[in-house]
Amino acid sequence: MEIPYTVEAHPETGLNNGKIGIWLFLTSEVMLFGALFATFIMLRIGSDGNWAAMQAEAELNIPLATLNTAVLIASSLTMVMAWASLMRGQLGRFKLFGWLTVACGGIFLVIKYFEYTAKFEHHHYPESSTFLAIYFAMTGLHALHVIGGMAWNAYFTGPGSKLFHTNRQWLTDRVEHSGLFWHFVDLVWIFLFPVFYLL
Amino acid sequence: MSEHVDIDKQVRIYVTVFVSLFVLTIVTVAVSYLDVSVPVALTIGLFIATVKGSLVACFFMHLIDEKKIVYWTLALTVAFFIALMALPLLTSVADQVGEFAEVEAHEPH
Amino acid sequence: MAEPVHASPAHDEHHHDQSFWRKYIFSTDHKVIGVQYSVTGLAFLFFGFVLMMVMRWNLAYPGEPIPFIGSLLGENRAPGGIMLPDFYNELGAMHGTIMVFLGVVPLAVGGFGNFVMPLQLGAPDMAFPRINMISYWCLFMGGVTMFASFFLPNGAAGNGWTSYSPLADIALNGQTAWLIGMIFLITSSLLGAVNFITTAIQLRAPGMTWMRLPFFCWAQIVTAFLLLLAFPPLEAAGVLQLMDRVANTSFFIPEGLVVGGEVLERSGGGSPLLWQHLFWFLAHPEVYVLILPAMGIVAEVIANNSRKPLWGYRSMVYSLIFLGFMSFIVWAHHMFITGMGSVMSTFFQTTTMIISIPSVIILSALFISLWGGSIRYNTAMLFALGFLPMFGIGGLTGLPLGLSAADIPLHDTYYVIGHFHYVVAPGTLFALFAGVYYWFPKVTGRKMNEFLGKLHFWPSLVFMNGVFFPMMIQGLNGVSRRLADGGITYDFAGEVAGLNRMMSVSAWCLALAQIPFIINFFMSIRNGEKAGRNPWNSTTVEWLAPSPAPHGNFDQEIVVTRGPYEYSVPGSDKDYVPQAEPAST
Repeated sequence: MEIPYTVEAHPETGLNNGKIGIWLFLTSEVMLFGALFATFIMLRIGSDGNWAAMQAEAELNIPLATLNTAVLIASSLTMVMAWASLMRGQLGRFKLFGWLTVACGGIFLVIKYFEYTAKFEHHHYPESSTFLAIYFAMTGLHALHVIGGMAWNAYFTGPGSKLFHTNRQWLTDRVEHSGLFWHFVDLVWIFLFPVFYLL
Repeated sequence: MSEHVDIDKQVRIYVTVFVSLFVLTIVTVAVSYLDVSVPVALTIGLFIATVKGSLVACFFMHLIDEKKIVYWTLALTVAFFIALMALPLLTSVADQVGEFAEVEAHEPH
Repeated sequence: MAEPVHASPAHDEHHHDQSFWRKYIFSTDHKVIGVQYSVTGLAFLFFGFVLMMVMRWNLAYPGEPIPFIGSLLGENRAPGGIMLPDFYNELGAMHGTIMVFLGVVPLAVGGFGNFVMPLQLGAPDMAFPRINMISYWCLFMGGVTMFASFFLPNGAAGNGWTSYSPLADIALNGQTAWLIGMIFLITSSLLGAVNFITTAIQLRAPGMTWMRLPFFCWAQIVTAFLLLLAFPPLEAAGVLQLMDRVANTSFFIPEGLVVGGEVLERSGGGSPLLWQHLFWFLAHPEVYVLILPAMGIVAEVIANNSRKPLWGYRSMVYSLIFLGFMSFIVWAHHMFITGMGSVMSTFFQTTTMIISIPSVIILSALFISLWGGSIRYNTAMLFALGFLPMFGIGGLTGLPLGLSAADIPLHDTYYVIGHFHYVVAPGTLFALFAGVYYWFPKVTGRKMNEFLGKLHFWPSLVFMNGVFFPMMIQGLNGVSRRLADGGITYDFAGEVAGLNRMMSVSAWCLALAQIPFIINFFMSIRNGEKAGRNPWNSTTVEWLAPSPAPHGNFDQEIVVTRGPYEYSVPGSDKDYVPQAEPAST
């Protein structure tokens, strides 16, 4: 038995199942990070003006975070390029861009690791202040999403790419959907970066 | 994404968006070193982040040209997202308004 | 739509033999998963009920050893068989958690939604069968975590099902296990919700327009949206509370908190109210997650057994959507006693009064649907009819709680317990029983026994009221809802403390009243009266499939030509016209 509209678009909605599924999933992600941003706002308002002091004490590394932002933006570009290569039917270029995306995710995590360990060396732990608590909670959850997105992309670029020879459209759609998730993770970072490091 | 896309044109758009995001990142870091008051800095910082986020959503996530049902779903989410974001703010504001109201009620006229 | 692509008969080449594991345990068939959900849900409902029966012993006979099982509970829970207050707290918290998240939701949404909705839509399966399977196993893991937490050295979570901070942040009991379990359950619900909505959008049979959807499907769609958008904030809050417990952060811990006479060594700066906001942002929509599928089931059963179209189908659907939308902006009416400002409480009182309107519209429409019908009083219908007044009592007793002036004295009393149990116990549970009796033939191919069914219904109706009505009386007298001894040491309780025994005896009799159901359930699987495809002469599409339906569901092409409830159509030779029958000329 086959599920209809797995690959071909539904005549009324103009979309296949996966596209609707991933967007619905992203709406729940919006609410997840939304709740954390709401927490952030409440903690910041409730800090009685101590926020700037806590932020200064945490000594976040702005140059490293700027570099990380650039890395993630670059990975978003390679992600759409991977999809565009599939649209053109170029398997080799797709694999190149796919692995570049995964590599960018890896670089992001390595930089994040150095940032975290630097914090721990200065005895800045989540328990030290509410600023550091929400910083570790949100960037940590974001890092988990990066890991998830890397695994997803690695599967489609590696073993999952065999689908290219049997059902090219399906692979293209799947890469588009994993791309939507990846861009969303990038989008979250675009807000996390100024909120924690700059403002 | 509709089936008939000019992929070369798309790729040019992607590269343009990438360059804009890169420039905006540098701008937002540069602005943070300016000596402005906190509300102004928050407004500028969040404005730039919103522009960057919109670029990602519109072009990388193809929202500029998407089907109606996705727009409807997102509109619903935005409504509830606003409820979620407004209420922590409303809580602290409402408490203050409530206190003012009580003070006024106790003042002899 | 020219080509009816997706309702084509199941192809023979896919009928290969599957192993036992693939067929019954790790199945991707929505019907098997629906049955797995239902059985898990029923088992946890029973377990949650047992927890409550043990609690009710201590409420009725405080300080006396628990008979039969008292000695089995261990010295750290009930030395000499006499329950410790801490153990009572554990039972209370886990009763709430299990009944809501592991009992009613899996049965109403996971069970009935999974089994019935694709059949009613005329779909071959869910849109993402494998995600459907993962969703069930996430629930299972969550259930195992919750159940196992009873055996932790410090026992299960005992901070109420609401897990209010800062108590839940610093308690030594199994709160950490509770949070991990909840994260599994939330993941399960999110995956399920994505699947349900996608299926409803994409896999409806040709001709199944939105206004031809059975009311049950509408209820499941709105429920899925509530789960999708309301659960993530609780997931976030759960992660933060987990960090408070494991990484010593202070998200929900205020500065200078004194515990046991000493100031807690934490950075402070957090907000206990934040937890309440995030929790109720989920938990109010969750109330509608519990009640909407129940309304859907009752609507199906009433339309079928009154042999009449549902009265006001469109207004019911619009009410349902409005209800779902409003449920996101009423949550703080659970928090009036936190001392919120008058602006906030005015806003939430207003929205709470507004949200009662669509509920009343739906309930009234169901009542009016009975008018002039030739009603068949089978067991499913009896439970559906029982739902109407019971939900009515539950809803109307909620109105005073929506107004802060009345809520402040009532909030911490048994009145609240009575109110919401009327909504979910004789309300939702009766609807779920109606659903079990109604769809049992579709699952097994056999009907359940009517006599045992009636023997189940009437005592259940009497004893449900025996358990919950006295709570209202106690509550109005001011008996606090959080006392392990049922208020015997409490001055206010005085005259009404004796009602505790009546309620406890009713609860135990209610347990006896479930025996006919259990016997009936297992007996009818093998020996029930054989049912054909459509034993209830119903109009909706699920009855066109064979009973039990094969993998892929339908053996004929489904093209829907009319609305869902065309009963007693004038001029028709039968008293029902199925949704997917070609229009007769």
